[in-house]
Amino acid sequence: MHPIIKLVSQRIALGLLLLFGASALIFGLTEALPGDAAQAVLGQSATPEALANLREEMGLNRLALTRYAEWLTGILHGDLGTSLTNGLDIAESVGSRLGNTLFLAFWAALVSVPLAIFLGLLAVRYRNRWPDKLISAVTLTTISIPEFLIGYVLVYFVAVKLGMFSPLAMINDSMSFWQKLNAIALPVIVLTMVVLAHMMRMTRAAILNVMQSAYVETAELKGLSNFKVIWRHAFPNAIAPIVNVVMLNLAYLVVGVVVVEVVFVYPGMGQYLVDHVTKRDVPVVLACGVIFAAIYIGLNMVADIVAILANPRLRHPK
Amino acid sequence: MNDQLTHMASQVTAGKLTRREFMGKAAALGVSAAMASTIFADAARAAGPKKGGDLKLGLQGGESTNSLDPATYASSVPYMNGRHFGDTLVEVAADGTIEPRLAESVEGSSDGKVWTFKLRQGVEFHNGKTMTSEDVLKTMQRHSNEDSKSGALGIMKGIASMKADGEYFQVTLNESNADLPYLMADYHLIIQPDGGMDNPAAGIGTGPYKLEVDEPGVRHLFSKFENHWSDYGHFDSVENVVINDSTARTAALQSGQVHMANRIEPKVADLLGRAPTLTVQSTPGRGHYVFIMHCDTAPFDSNELRLALKYAINREELVEKVLRGYGSIGNDMPINAAYPLFDETIPQREFSIDKAAEHYKKSGHDGSPIILRVADAAFPGAVDAAALFQQTAQQAGIPLEIKREPNDGYWSEVWNVQPFCASYWGGRPVQDQMYATAYLSTADWNDTRFKVKEFDDLLFAARAELDPAKRKAIYSQMGMMVRDQGGLICPMFNDFVDAVSNQLDGWETDPNGELMNGQVSRKMWFA
Repeated sequence: MHPIIKLVSQRIALGLLLLFGASALIFGLTEALPGDAAQAVLGQSATPEALANLREEMGLNRLALTRYAEWLTGILHGDLGTSLTNGLDIAESVGSRLGNTLFLAFWAALVSVPLAIFLGLLAVRYRNRWPDKLISAVTLTTISIPEFLIGYVLVYFVAVKLGMFSPLAMINDSMSFWQKLNAIALPVIVLTMVVLAHMMRMTRAAILNVMQSAYVETAELKGLSNFKVIWRHAFPNAIAPIVNVVMLNLAYLVVGVVVVEVVFVYPGMGQYLVDHVTKRDVPVVLACGVIFAAIYIGLNMVADIVAILANPRLRHPK
Repeated sequence: MNDQLTHMASQVTAGKLTRREFMGKAAALGVSAAMASTIFADAARAAGPKKGGDLKLGLQGGESTNSLDPATYASSVPYMNGRHFGDTLVEVAADGTIEPRLAESVEGSSDGKVWTFKLRQGVEFHNGKTMTSEDVLKTMQRHSNEDSKSGALGIMKGIASMKADGEYFQVTLNESNADLPYLMADYHLIIQPDGGMDNPAAGIGTGPYKLEVDEPGVRHLFSKFENHWSDYGHFDSVENVVINDSTARTAALQSGQVHMANRIEPKVADLLGRAPTLTVQSTPGRGHYVFIMHCDTAPFDSNELRLALKYAINREELVEKVLRGYGSIGNDMPINAAYPLFDETIPQREFSIDKAAEHYKKSGHDGSPIILRVADAAFPGAVDAAALFQQTAQQAGIPLEIKREPNDGYWSEVWNVQPFCASYWGGRPVQDQMYATAYLSTADWNDTRFKVKEFDDLLFAARAELDPAKRKAIYSQMGMMVRDQGGLICPMFNDFVDAVSNQLDGWETDPNGELMNGQVSRKMWFA
């Protein structure tokens, strides 16, 4: 077998094992939280009778292990089950939420990744001069400010005062593509500001590291322009760490944006998951948890594989 | 000037003058803007409701776990959903009287035990079926039978039997209860086809709007139901937009994305009210922010200690700092002037460090810390309120200690479990229901463990008493008992603070609930 195929299949197998572990962990932790779905749903209006009836209906009286086994069988058959709290089909409701989350993450990534890499290259080109310092100063400032604050400031000035974009990023199926883009403009700006610095700094550091190498000096001596040296010779060799940090940030854009979702009232996965954790709706929490874990594991796997492919020494092991 | 204004007002009523034109002309006559605005509103109201428009509500209190099943309603968004698509048999009107809805009239037997509802005929459900007394019966059964998980289960307990008979629906009670019609106005008791037995979460009712889109935790869209029975419901569509974040809700309102919002934070209400496009509506209600002690658990089993704590709280300060004035002070009983048959002469408990210290000394408490558990889940500002309480209590020498609890799970782990904690009560339409829910010895939600035989007897006596004057006297006595012996420290009653766009007209003050007791989609219209 080709070593790369072998490597990829090994990684995938390991990933699946990790997913299984993650689901068991999530189930265990959700069970360990005080209270259960019946109590959470009834809240202050819970009476012992109503509680007992609701527990019976939700099937919470059965052993935890039985419920987990049932869930596992279901998911192996592609069935995510139904929500305990509102009885809706999980696959359907998660599907639309996941679609929204990916939509926002995609546009945020499309803006932020090229911008970060370009700014990184620019910073290297003008190393230690004012463009470099300006780029670092601005991006480090935006990453240091909490995202909800940037969000509120943008909402206040751009949406309320200038009336340019909607303060609510609520998208739904009846909206046209342009309406959707208009709606998510502000959250995309906030997310870009949040992830920019990390990727930009990593690009800068990785390329600067390579710039010390002898072959870069050779390229310079050949008379290549400064930017061409960076783009053609330094960048390809710095790709592994850059891809790594880009993937980490992509994963963040998918799984870590609950605060931005709340500020802009965006119907994504984050708020959906938090609501269901609060209500101890275990099947939904599991479904969301496994999806998040899969995205995280998947993106990291891609980063690893790209790093290996980008490095001839790893690509052709002796 | 008056003639001219009257003439202009009549033009408004006839629909010939817009608000902008009217305001401009009124200003030219030297009338103040506030005055002109009032005249305009009156004139526009005289013209009667206008039809049409798409209403959007920005609401706090919705989660992606919400269901359309009325039995599960426990927060604002599901509650408003129910108000749009469903009807109850009767409704509590703003003045505290009973307003007929699906029942045309209600009649009680002379002993208050048998209640007969004459049902409106020809009422159509959104699925095209006609409402019958069977549907009503099954609805009530679903909320009261043995496997019910309804939020209304508690109030349905006293029912001995129910029957459907042609156009009548009859309830027979175990004990007489003069307030039964008020219980039937509970927002959970939406009449559903077949009582919702087969599909409780279908969102089908008899209300003025029918369900179009149901995305829990995001939005719920309703459109006008053409065959609705009443004159209410003037909009083409109504949308509940879930905006739990307070700042986002305010921003959406300011930028015109929504026409009204609930739960405006007191600290931004003043600022928001200055916006020319909005009006902040503060409505005194029956909801109260409280600290509750278990009367049967040491050290709170000593009434002297309970009194010490009651005297040690500075109510005025709490209303001013926690509610920013959007509320009124409480009197250690769950009843205020918003209730019918309230006795205004009950003396107000005053803040007194000296009396608190005196009662504390009498209680003989050993000086060990008295632990008060709080979380902002109990009510917004609960933690701050507890801190203020702690300061004044310490001045009286009471070793009050605050323990912060997580918001998550507060209602299952702390409230009604721990002996001393912060809590919130939304209030009930009538005194009987409030006392029966939380102060009767046998009540599930007796969260102060107030178990006094004499009090229970008074409660039952009041129920059977049909003479309002006598009932008022009994309720006054009961109020005094809770105030002086109970485990309730009630520092304040909160107002409902809503904000409404000036594009809308028809607002009326209704103490029964937020956003005009949820009637905004029925009773308001675009001016």
